[in-house]
Amino acid sequence: MTALLTLFWRDLRRAWGSGALWLPVVFFLLVATAFPFAVGPDAPLLARTGGGMVWVAALLAALLPIDRLVRPDREAGVLDQLAVRGFADEIIAAIKIAAHAIGFGLPLLIALLPAAALLAQDGARVETLATGLAIAIPALASLAVLSAALTAGLKGGNAIGGLLVLPLAVPLLIFGAGMLDPAGRGAVKLLAASSLLLTVIGPFAAGAALRGLRE
Amino acid sequence: MTDALLRLHRVACIRGDRLLFEGLSLTLARGEALWLRGPNGTGKSSLIRLAAGLLRPAAGTVERHERIALIDEATALDAELPLRRALDIWAQIDGIDGPMVARAMEAMALAPLAEVPVAMLSTGQRKRAAMARVIASAAPIWLLDEPANGMDDAARARLVAAIAAHRANGGAVLLASHFALGIEGMAELDLGALA
Repeated sequence: MTALLTLFWRDLRRAWGSGALWLPVVFFLLVATAFPFAVGPDAPLLARTGGGMVWVAALLAALLPIDRLVRPDREAGVLDQLAVRGFADEIIAAIKIAAHAIGFGLPLLIALLPAAALLAQDGARVETLATGLAIAIPALASLAVLSAALTAGLKGGNAIGGLLVLPLAVPLLIFGAGMLDPAGRGAVKLLAASSLLLTVIGPFAAGAALRGLRE
Repeated sequence: MTDALLRLHRVACIRGDRLLFEGLSLTLARGEALWLRGPNGTGKSSLIRLAAGLLRPAAGTVERHERIALIDEATALDAELPLRRALDIWAQIDGIDGPMVARAMEAMALAPLAEVPVAMLSTGQRKRAAMARVIASAAPIWLLDEPANGMDDAARARLVAAIAAHRANGGAVLLASHFALGIEGMAELDLGALA
C-alpha cells in the first residue's frame, strides 16, 4: 500500500512540478476568453453556447499532457523496474489514471469559475457544469492515460493520441452538454453511466497497452 | 537442487525475426554468479530481460524463486530530484528503510552526491546510482546488464566488491558484460559461441 501511495504521489508531484497544474487553467481561460470574440458579445447567445464550449475545452485540456503521462516513465526504465517488482500493469495504469484525474481535474474545476463568468453562465449552469465535469473527470483521465500508453512507443504520437480518444469521448460530450438542456433530465444518469464504463475499462485497456510496450 | 534462485530451462529467444538462442538452460543458486559474455547482438541483454520476466521466452520456462533487482541501460531515477530522494522513492516502493539506502550509497561512494540532482550526474555516476538502487533493494537475485559501462577503475572495484559481498550473503548474480571485470569464482557463458 505504501508503494502504491508512493507511486501516486510521485506521479502527482511530477505532473504539478512540470507546470501541468497551470496548463488546463491557462488553456481553459484562453478558450473562454477567445470564444466571446468569435461569436460576439451577445450575452444570451454566449450563455446558450458557452456551456458546450466548456465541455470541449475540458476534453482538450485532459489530452494536453498525454505525452508526459507514460512516455517519460518508459524511457527512464521506471515501467520495467515496476514490472520486475511484480506490479500488475493494470495497477500501474490505475495509479496513473487516479493521479491524472486529481492532477488535471482539481485545477480544471477551479478554472471553471472564471471561465464560466467569461462565458456568461449563471449560477445554476455553473453548478450543472461543475457536477457534470466532476462526474466525467475520471473517464477523461482514463482515456488520456489509455491513449498515452498506446502511443508511448510511437514517435510523435501526441497528435494520434488525441484522435484515438475523441470518438470514445463523444458520449461524455453529448451527455455532459446535454445536462445543460432543461429538457435533458436523464442526461446526468447517462453521463454517469458512460463515465463509469470508461473509468472501469481504462486500467485494463491501458494495462494491456503497457504490457505491449515491453514486447 | 532446491536452493536454486533462478532457473532457465531450454529457453529460446526470438527478437524481430531473428533467433538469438535456443535450448539454453542455466541455474543460479545462492552465492553463485554467471558472466554472460559475447559480442554485441548475441542476446546478452535479451537473456537478462528474459530472466527478469520483461520478455516472454519463445520456448522453455523461466523460474524465479526470489525477488529481483535489475540494472539495464536506463537509470530509472527521477532526473529532477536530488539523488538521495530519487533513491528513497525506490526504497519506499521496496519497503526498505533509510539506513539501507545510506549504506548502499556509501558502498558506491555516492554520499557526497546525495543532494545533487540526478540530471546533473555523469554517465559513470548514474551507473553507480543505479547500482546503489540494486544494493539497497536487498533482492537476492541481481540481474546486471553492462553495469560497469562508463565507470572508472575505482567505481569498478567498488562494483566488484559489492558483487562479492552480495554473493557472500547468499545472493546470486547474472552479469552481462562484454569485458571481464575480474570477479573471482564466476562461471562463464559465451553467447557468441552458441549462435
